[in-house]
Amino acid sequence: MKAKKLFFIIIFYIISSINVYSIEPDVFVQSTVNRASKILSENITKDMKMDKLKEIAIETVDIKGIGFYTLGSIRKTLDQTQKEQYSNLFRDYFLKTFSSRLAEYTNPEIDVYSKEKLNENYTIVNSLLKGTSERPEIKINWRIYTKNAENPKIRDLIIEGLSLARTQKEEFASILNSNDGDINALFKTLKDFTNN
Amino acid sequence: MLKKITIILFTTITLTLGAHAGSDGDLLLKKNDPAEVKDCSEKFNRAAFAFNQGLDTVIFKPVASAYKILPSPIRSGVSNSLDNLSNLITIPNNILQGDFSAAGVNTGRFIINSTVGILGLFDVAQNFGFSDYVKEDYGQSLAKAGVGPGCYVVIPVLGPSTARDTAALGANFLGGDAWYNVTVKNNTHYFRDSDYYVSKITGGVDFRAKNYDAIENLEKNSLDFYASVKSLYLQDRQQKILNSKKIINTQNDSDWEEVESQ
Repeated sequence: MKAKKLFFIIIFYIISSINVYSIEPDVFVQSTVNRASKILSENITKDMKMDKLKEIAIETVDIKGIGFYTLGSIRKTLDQTQKEQYSNLFRDYFLKTFSSRLAEYTNPEIDVYSKEKLNENYTIVNSLLKGTSERPEIKINWRIYTKNAENPKIRDLIIEGLSLARTQKEEFASILNSNDGDINALFKTLKDFTNN
Repeated sequence: MLKKITIILFTTITLTLGAHAGSDGDLLLKKNDPAEVKDCSEKFNRAAFAFNQGLDTVIFKPVASAYKILPSPIRSGVSNSLDNLSNLITIPNNILQGDFSAAGVNTGRFIINSTVGILGLFDVAQNFGFSDYVKEDYGQSLAKAGVGPGCYVVIPVLGPSTARDTAALGANFLGGDAWYNVTVKNNTHYFRDSDYYVSKITGGVDFRAKNYDAIENLEKNSLDFYASVKSLYLQDRQQKILNSKKIINTQNDSDWEEVESQ
């Protein structure tokens, strides 16, 4: 009897732990866009909005992962120091462009309507940015990295079928190609962009 | 016994067809993968891109900016009319791709919108429950027939394209576009040459206005604007050729799988 009771307590504990800590990707996306939307509709300066959006990005986006994806196969040839240097440069570049892109919108309404689990590591969350008189409605898909179910992260935004990460990857490849694959040229471009 | 053989034969044929369908889809995906499309004349393309950017700054951007101020119903009317005219290229391509049901639906859409919808100003067919309109062109039909994209090209004035899609544009002027035939090619007394050119220029302005903020934003945040536009154009073409609404069908996961950071 005692063993049976103990067994149920353990099962209950496991189930409770799962329910408490794992976050469903669609809930995660909806909560993230709600937070961003709230900031964008606040009556504060653009710079303050950008700072707050950066905080959300640091928390919810896998910036390091996107950085290495964007770098393509050349990432395998970098040493540890170069990897760290790149990660820092990419982080600054990403946060600058991310907040600048979002800060243009005022009160965007995004509704999450479905999700599709690709595998244990990835789920695509489908959402719709409601149209206004200025722009048509836009379909946005979010690639969510779910390896750590307790802490899902955004890895890509696919807007009307066009992947931002893929676009950035091809942009970086173009810079590397025009500089004979010299990683320092990419570092310099990133640094110049961030400092301007 | 005969029944058994029939079932075996039927199963074999079905499985074989299935396998072919899958490999054709994969081949189409691979052939049109943006990363696989070569930029053979990058110097010329970048020059043409710079020229187009100049043209955009001087003409398209200011005109699109003014067009954006027009009341929303006027802009929707213009956009609907242009979409309606594009049916004249979409329908023959539906047939070329063997999609006869889409050809029938689009013919019905064109007739309803041209008449009840007052020359296409109103998308009445949508209110009648017609499915969403999907544009098709001769480049997409060639791709479906197995023709690869060839090199990436930037055409002065017209913008990004591929060798295949540029060649396919010729079909529009060789009888493949009924709108061109009744305006420029043949003297029908109902339309003038200028009707065709005005519709094409308006199409450019309408596109620029619809994507005004997105283009500005992309230019401002790009390290290499030329490369960004190239990537977005090729991704868009790949998606249109595959006619896939499922995003994951056009996304290669293998590179993502290698990236581990958590």
